[in-house]
Amino acid sequence: MSDRFISRGFEGKRRQQPATAGRVPPGQYLTDDFPVLSAGPTPRMPLDQWTFSVEGLVREPVSWSWAEFSQLPVREYTADIHCVTKWSKLDTRWEGVSVDTLIEAIDLDPRAMYVTAFCDGGYTTNLPLPDVLNNQAFVAYRYAGQPLAPEHGGPARLVVPHLYFWKSAKWVRGLRLMEVDKPGFWESLGYNNRGDPWKEQRYWGD
Amino acid sequence: MKQPISWQIATVTGIHPETPRVKTITLTLPAWLPHRPGQHYDLRLTAPDGYQAQRSYSIASEPERIGEIDLTIERLEDGEVSTYLHDVVQVGDQVEVRGPIGGYFVWEKDLGGPLLLIAGGSGVVPLMAMIRHRFVAKSKTPTKLLYSSRSPEDVIYASELDSLGMAGDGFEVIHTFTRSQPANWRGYARRIDQQMLRETLTPIASVPLAYVCGPTRLVESVADGLVQIGVPPERIRTERFGPTGGTL
Repeated sequence: MSDRFISRGFEGKRRQQPATAGRVPPGQYLTDDFPVLSAGPTPRMPLDQWTFSVEGLVREPVSWSWAEFSQLPVREYTADIHCVTKWSKLDTRWEGVSVDTLIEAIDLDPRAMYVTAFCDGGYTTNLPLPDVLNNQAFVAYRYAGQPLAPEHGGPARLVVPHLYFWKSAKWVRGLRLMEVDKPGFWESLGYNNRGDPWKEQRYWGD
Repeated sequence: MKQPISWQIATVTGIHPETPRVKTITLTLPAWLPHRPGQHYDLRLTAPDGYQAQRSYSIASEPERIGEIDLTIERLEDGEVSTYLHDVVQVGDQVEVRGPIGGYFVWEKDLGGPLLLIAGGSGVVPLMAMIRHRFVAKSKTPTKLLYSSRSPEDVIYASELDSLGMAGDGFEVIHTFTRSQPANWRGYARRIDQQMLRETLTPIASVPLAYVCGPTRLVESVADGLVQIGVPPERIRTERFGPTGGTL
């Protein structure tokens, strides 16, 4: 085991302030920036062609236009977010629609155990259904009082703050409910299937 | 297949300055694995009281180099790990690492091309692993590196890129210098823009496979520019790092 390894001459600079102690998961550091990470170009989807769908194991798939989605009950969220690339950002402010609200709009098949978020640009990420229920996840379209910028996932992104931020799919266009789990984009490329930052589940086998 | 990627204690066997702000550190690994060019390692430092800091660093070396890796590290003024690696670490020291990690921003010769590599500043590091692999594996894939630096002094791997560019195997380097240029410089002296992308791309006949790495602003504008001049989005792979306010 490497538990006793000490890096010669390393003291560490950014020690946690008492106010933030307990809010930064292992291996993370705090940033005031909002870094941008994505695997390809930023998709540009015109709002008049944008829809959000809930499909898969549902009796009747549902789809909202942007105008309809904007009429759904909106909530404000303040969340700490944690990126697998090691940065964390505290007290981010979002406005969006709870995934509970979206799921309530459909007749959920009781066999549905998992959900895949699918996105413009082809990105996907998979989550156990319980991870997106009970107000743990929302589809955000405003950040810090402004419309969500394209590089941060606008017009809308999924936000699941209690998991590493790659689960918070940018440019999200819908949720697919499934009986069997199916690894998404990063989950197929070496990243952990669940991604709990407090357990430091960064990669396969963590 | 899903074995844990374990931490291992690597030994620093070489330190090589690249520019005033960038060093390459060679690590010898007890449990070395061949990486895919473009992948990274996580590096972890531990203080005597147990405090730890982790960062990810791209591998600069090619996988054909057995048993060791090069990590090329830019010193960030307000950094915690990069300042330690620059100011404290000496040959013979040990650091904890785990990897290789990452499965999308990678290129191996079987992926073909033609390759368009676009770097801003230290974003050249993962691309250098691809370039070195391409050369050592004797790939003839037509490859261009468009590389934006502030000044000639900031060019990482300058002399190696020069000689690879003269190897006559289809590799070409195009520099742009955004702040200061060499005397009598006739090349690009501005940020990468759509015209520059078009000029770089024109001699490449078929649809390129593009890898873009650097500060967010550069990657966003280059990836947008490539889409606008007709490169299919699925042929453009991006990786962003460095401070978000980067100006390259």
